[in-house]
Amino acid sequence: MKNTRGYKIALDWFHQKDQRPFPFQAEVWQHFLDGKHGLLNAPTGYGKTFALLFPVLIEFINENEDWQKKKKNGLQLLWITPLRALAKDIHQAIGEVCSEMGLTWQVGLRSGDTPASQRQKQKRQMPEILVITPESLHLLIASKKHESFFKNLKGVVVDEWHELLGSKRGVLVELALSRLKAISNANGVTASSGNTVAGRLLRTWGISATIGNLEEAGKVLLGNDHIGSVTVRTKKKKKTIIKSILPDEIERFPWSGHLGIRLLDKVYPLIQQSNTTLIFTNTRSQSEIWFHALLDAHPDLAGVLALHHGSIDRKLRDWVEVALSEGTLKAVVCTSSLDLGVDFRPVDTVIQVGSPRGVARFLQRAGRSGHSPGAVSKIYFLPTHSLELAEAAALKQAVAQQTVEHRLPHVQCFDVLVQYLCTLAVGDGFKPDDVLPEIMSTHCYQHMTYDEWEWTLAFISTGGTLDAYEEYQRVEIGEDGIWRITQRRTAMRHRLHIGTIVSDAVMQVKYMSRGYIGTVEEWFISKLKRGDKFTLAGRTLEFVKIKDMTVYVKRAKSNKKAKVPAWLGGRIPLSSYLGKTLRDVYRQAAHDEFSSPEIKKLAPLFSLQKERSAIPKEGETLIEYIKTRDGYHLFVYPFEGRLVHEVMASLLAYRLGQLQPLTFSIAMNDYGFELLSDQPIPFSPESATNLFSTDQLFEDIQKSINAAEMARRKFRDIAVIAGLIFQGYPGKHKKGKHLQSSSTLIFNVLSDYDPDNLLLKQAYQEVFDFQLEEARLRSALERITSGNILFQQPKKLTPLSFPIKVDSLRGSLSSEKLAARVKRMQLQAG
Amino acid sequence: MEIQIAGHHLELTAERAVFWAEEEALILSDTHFGKGGHFRKAGIAVPNLVQDRDLAQLEILVKRFQPKEMIIVGDMFHSHANRELEKFATWRQQVASLKITLVEGNHDILPKGFYKKNKIELEQDGWQKRPFTFSHHPPDNKSGSFTFSGHLHPGVLVNGGGKRRLRLPCYWFSDNCVVLPAFSLFTGLYIIEPKPDDKIIAVVEDELIEINNF
Repeated sequence: MKNTRGYKIALDWFHQKDQRPFPFQAEVWQHFLDGKHGLLNAPTGYGKTFALLFPVLIEFINENEDWQKKKKNGLQLLWITPLRALAKDIHQAIGEVCSEMGLTWQVGLRSGDTPASQRQKQKRQMPEILVITPESLHLLIASKKHESFFKNLKGVVVDEWHELLGSKRGVLVELALSRLKAISNANGVTASSGNTVAGRLLRTWGISATIGNLEEAGKVLLGNDHIGSVTVRTKKKKKTIIKSILPDEIERFPWSGHLGIRLLDKVYPLIQQSNTTLIFTNTRSQSEIWFHALLDAHPDLAGVLALHHGSIDRKLRDWVEVALSEGTLKAVVCTSSLDLGVDFRPVDTVIQVGSPRGVARFLQRAGRSGHSPGAVSKIYFLPTHSLELAEAAALKQAVAQQTVEHRLPHVQCFDVLVQYLCTLAVGDGFKPDDVLPEIMSTHCYQHMTYDEWEWTLAFISTGGTLDAYEEYQRVEIGEDGIWRITQRRTAMRHRLHIGTIVSDAVMQVKYMSRGYIGTVEEWFISKLKRGDKFTLAGRTLEFVKIKDMTVYVKRAKSNKKAKVPAWLGGRIPLSSYLGKTLRDVYRQAAHDEFSSPEIKKLAPLFSLQKERSAIPKEGETLIEYIKTRDGYHLFVYPFEGRLVHEVMASLLAYRLGQLQPLTFSIAMNDYGFELLSDQPIPFSPESATNLFSTDQLFEDIQKSINAAEMARRKFRDIAVIAGLIFQGYPGKHKKGKHLQSSSTLIFNVLSDYDPDNLLLKQAYQEVFDFQLEEARLRSALERITSGNILFQQPKKLTPLSFPIKVDSLRGSLSSEKLAARVKRMQLQAG
Repeated sequence: MEIQIAGHHLELTAERAVFWAEEEALILSDTHFGKGGHFRKAGIAVPNLVQDRDLAQLEILVKRFQPKEMIIVGDMFHSHANRELEKFATWRQQVASLKITLVEGNHDILPKGFYKKNKIELEQDGWQKRPFTFSHHPPDNKSGSFTFSGHLHPGVLVNGGGKRRLRLPCYWFSDNCVVLPAFSLFTGLYIIEPKPDDKIIAVVEDELIEINNF
């Protein structure tokens, strides 16, 4: 490589900037030119873009004498990125490099924001480099003659792969890659120069931040190409400083809560000291509250404090992002909406309000400050209730030990497969025997059975393997054996639905005059009356009317009595790593090892916990049985995160219900869960071995009501992705005539009449893999049964039990017959 | 569950239909025949066993009460014609002596010839059969005679124990009117906001339970 023309030109470009390629960049270049696939592990801000942009340029210059001449080269490099905002940034950076090097290449951008005229132009003549989102790539595959777009492709780069990996968008990427590889294999030999160079064929590379299962991430991305692939890691490690914001008096700090507003006064000086501060909250409503509280307490922040979350109109968010990079803002209150995205150089301080629930997320947010190579990231942890301080200690410990969470890849996603096959059918159509090997080459579908494949084909053509889908029309099989969607309306509906991001039922909020502000969920608006006030995007608005699925508002004169909308959304549970570290922190507290300032601060609370009950040591699981006015409470503390607790609670309730008919209310937080009953609970430490046993685990969970309920929740996304629910036309909110239905309804109908439907089974499987995290549940149960049960019967609620009782999510489980239960409740209330 | 209105005897069933003893008439609403077929034609895979079950349920009711007449207060058919309606027509022939009256609902958009062929008499909102009135849409003005209506697919939220709320289909008696639960199982629920004096009978699996606390 070093003696080639392309390398010299690339090196010149670096020299002009008074730089040299980093060793890892040159390493990636060499591997790419050698024809290898691979994964690059590099933090943002360390030149990962250049590591994978240059080899395609170098190769092109090497192989084309007239590389400076403007030609129709076709698409050479495809750059897949999860975020539109990132796409814009990378598009610009790549464009600059190309023109500075004297290449006459076109660099294109294709996402949901790209105007239709631009997209048409790209289809007529593909640019040499295209920056694209996974969804737009699938839309491209859904167009006629899509193979011609990709036949000259040399490289495909998947940026931020760790972000895509854990979601179904990752599966979209896997499927798209399988298609691109097949096209390349079919066209590779007859490439432009006629030579069959080692590096001729398409090379696939991913870029990922550090995650626990980096090796697996590579396998998922590359599918059966991972053999012989390489992983390149940067040697550089980012330094992170973590500090907790401690309350002055722990005795007066609340035991429960999730807002953290009490420590507001300690935030203001931090904002003052810093250049620009990002304040991360865990929910959108929390960010609205923080924004207002900061402004009320410190009016001087007006104009230099902004708000950023996913329900604020895109234009307003763009404005905030531009202002952030220009350094005109002092602070921004935000949610995970700013976890990812372009670098904001002025940001030098990050504050995390409440538990980040995972080490990786915490580090990612910390990394939003001190972006340039070698700079130090600084993050403050602000607890929202007293025991959360222990989490800060755990986070510090985990960061010091450099343990980061895994991202579990999705497998056997039949909803995405159904969508993908329809995508192919909308475009040029497909022959099942031709695409099957492509699909099986992906990690997601490598273990798909022939029966499952047959079912999927039947689902899109006849509705299912049951003889129960008369007149079903979706994909039709032509006489030439090609599967196509020929109905124009079906095709159009499919194109509108490509993608795996399922939005909640939201309504646009708009000023009476004009201008969009953002979105709120339908159920929130349904509670409002004309004249009611609410806040959105940091503004106080007065509700006027609803028309055409749009909420019309006007500016309110004062912000008194304004409601804050809540958005239901996935609340992320405590990660396994953090839970484990947290148990260790409690062990230290039990032994009076006050090694960190956080635990020292918590000492009075720990001694109260000890006085009323106990603190679990190593190998111990604390269980508290308390009687209050509400009834009999059984609290269990496995520290395994909310979702695992939900399942464990249902399991325990079900097994207790086998002993005698009982109705339980279930509550949980990230530390433990509660069973509440109006009758005494037949629990004893001796029975724990049986109650927490892993025997019959699968069967017992299936039998508990919550399995069906959880599956029903999961089914919503599946139904939308697989096209079982028509979400309406974007922006218009006009649903198809007589086609309205809910996922619950379809779930019930399928459960009753087509129980073997794979999409239904997938819903249950997703519950087991992601909701219950079955592996995690199993090991937690084993840990509990193999250790000691620390059984306490406190007279009063304890510091650990209080937050679960007061503010947590509730569900219920009953072994009584439904009708009997309703009758009893009617009787009780009457 | 038997109730009396205007001196007439009405039997409410958990199958979501009412038997009017004096007239030997079965009263029901929102059967949405052909809904599954409509979905399937649009590429949404809903099994047709849903309608089969609805028809079977209707057959059971006809056998049990031996009615002379069936009154459907609207949305008998979901949308345009499809093959599921042929199944309905086959069933219709089996009960040829049964008189069927349909108070047209917003979904009943089939050509008039279809109703004629299947011997379904069409009526409009406000149709009278003494001493009752039948309207698909619940009337705004409830001063007339007692009205049977549908359209809403009423459901009620009840305390299911343990701080949980259950959604149950129901008969909703309010002022001088009852809103019937949707007969078809392939229908959603509209959660009602009852007034204190309203009477609500919920369908809980195969039982009817009066709800006093809502």
